[in-house]
Amino acid sequence: MSSLPALFGVLVFTFLLMRVLPGDPAVFFASGPNAGKEEIEVIRKQMGLDKPVPQQLLLYLYDVGRGNLGRSLMTGQAVTTDLRDRLPASLELTLTALLIALVSAIPLGVLAALKPGSVIDHGVRLFCALGVCVPTFVSGLLLIYVFYYLLGLAPDPTGRIDVFTSLPPSRTGFLTIDFLLAGDLDGWWAAFRQLILPAATMALFVIAPLARITRASMLVSLGSDFVRTARSVGLSWWRIVVTYALRNAILPVITIAGIVFSTMLGANVLVEKVYSWPGVASYALDALLSSDYAPVQGFVLLMASIFVVVNLLVDVLYGIADPRVSI
Amino acid sequence: MASATLRHTVWILRGNPLTAVAAAGVVLLILIAIFGPSIVPYDPIASNVSQALAPPSAAHLAGTDQLGRDTFSRLVVATRLDLVIAVSAVGISFVLGAVIGAFCGYAGGRLDRAVGRFVDVMMAFPLFVLAMAMVAALGNRVENIVIATAIINLPFYIRFARAEVNVRRNVGWVEAARAGGESNFSVVLRFLLPNVLPAMAVQMSLNLGWAILNAAGLSFIGLGVRPPTPEWGIMVAEGARFISTGKWWLVAFPGLALMLAVLCFNLLGDGMRDILDPRMRT
Repeated sequence: MSSLPALFGVLVFTFLLMRVLPGDPAVFFASGPNAGKEEIEVIRKQMGLDKPVPQQLLLYLYDVGRGNLGRSLMTGQAVTTDLRDRLPASLELTLTALLIALVSAIPLGVLAALKPGSVIDHGVRLFCALGVCVPTFVSGLLLIYVFYYLLGLAPDPTGRIDVFTSLPPSRTGFLTIDFLLAGDLDGWWAAFRQLILPAATMALFVIAPLARITRASMLVSLGSDFVRTARSVGLSWWRIVVTYALRNAILPVITIAGIVFSTMLGANVLVEKVYSWPGVASYALDALLSSDYAPVQGFVLLMASIFVVVNLLVDVLYGIADPRVSI
Repeated sequence: MASATLRHTVWILRGNPLTAVAAAGVVLLILIAIFGPSIVPYDPIASNVSQALAPPSAAHLAGTDQLGRDTFSRLVVATRLDLVIAVSAVGISFVLGAVIGAFCGYAGGRLDRAVGRFVDVMMAFPLFVLAMAMVAALGNRVENIVIATAIINLPFYIRFARAEVNVRRNVGWVEAARAGGESNFSVVLRFLLPNVLPAMAVQMSLNLGWAILNAAGLSFIGLGVRPPTPEWGIMVAEGARFISTGKWWLVAFPGLALMLAVLCFNLLGDGMRDILDPRMRT
């Protein structure tokens, strides 16, 4: 729950963001730069900009509480609607990336810890050292070059799906799942092929911290007394490593995974731009570059809320993995 | 003491020659940043459309871009801007973070706990998004990239300085200083901070790489640096348009420059940490 004050802080921050921005919002919302003085004054009153700042903050909090995040000048729609339309695309991408990262990082870390100093260990270390140095936008573009241009395995790296494919009925908003629910395997394959490159790009960047922490905490747990005991009573190797050592080593990994997830929310901006992915981050970025600030505000708030939810989730998972911790 | 440290350093460097390589790399980067613009073969901004999008060759080591500008010259010239952004951002957060963190760690109590909590939460927030929003609020200029990067780095330094000072606040020499009539203010600034600085320098080196990536990311999405200024992030952004037609050099070389710069700073930081505190080795 400690992240709730942060959410409030972000609310105040986004409010200030809107107020200190260059340019008068009233002029912005008026018919144009040559709108009459009276007209601007009327809009100013309508928007509550003539009231003192603390009162404006309260009004803003009230609006946010009712789910009103303002209107985007770019799309002409309410920001909440726009965000709701685009959030599934971002979540599908981020969650797939997290899955890829975990599925590859944990075995890598475990392998490295089982034979410290071996070729595998050094290989994993090299991969980690390089992995954190390559910016996501560069690795994304190079993956496009290799898999789209050279090998022709990946589809045209723009968007979630080919414009000619008929979309499945939207149930979850996650295209891959919707296609499966509709029983359309060709569609699923098309969506999956679009998804895999951006997801892999994002995963590449975060495999390093995950693998490193898995290795470090596996080393500690493999060297502990209970593993020695388990070994001495002759339990199978698999059982020792997976059931005893890994279960105890997984706690720090969960904590790091929470931090990694929030890094990925940030990296979303870069990956969505590279792959023209129609998610919330590219929406906010387009808005930012065309000086349309309500969507940016909404986006930062949305990120903050997701971040709070993820932190809660990490606490819950922590409790499941370690029954001694109660939440 | 000094000779022991030196011997330890030599021993570490022998066991880990990568650190020496990384240090040489950092020195090279600094030299390129200083002298680069005066030794490049081509004008980084002059366009030459007849040579547009030429692949790497003897005349153009890293090929040319859509306006026929020499990518290699642009890469070399960009070093200065990239380093200046990263170093000044990290410098600002280092100074502010060390002072704030040190005073909080020394004072303890409720304020310290509040700051600690705030910093922990900040660190877990999607910082890139925060930086983006800050650049938007402050205005789309290079100075603001520096400020935004400095602010999102600040929590790391505050936390670090706070923890380091906190473990030292009641040790003998601090009590001696206090007993000798030093004010709290001077105990922190003249006794505690100098002791914390070496460890923080390591943090700085590790952080520089991150700051470079961050600044390049911001200019990649079109914030801060404007074309035609050569900068690694913006060069990748310009090259991105040509990647699906196979013009790999416009992305690969700036990407390589970014990677090598970050790698050097990270390895140097790791090596310096080993020298200072061999137990931290991973």
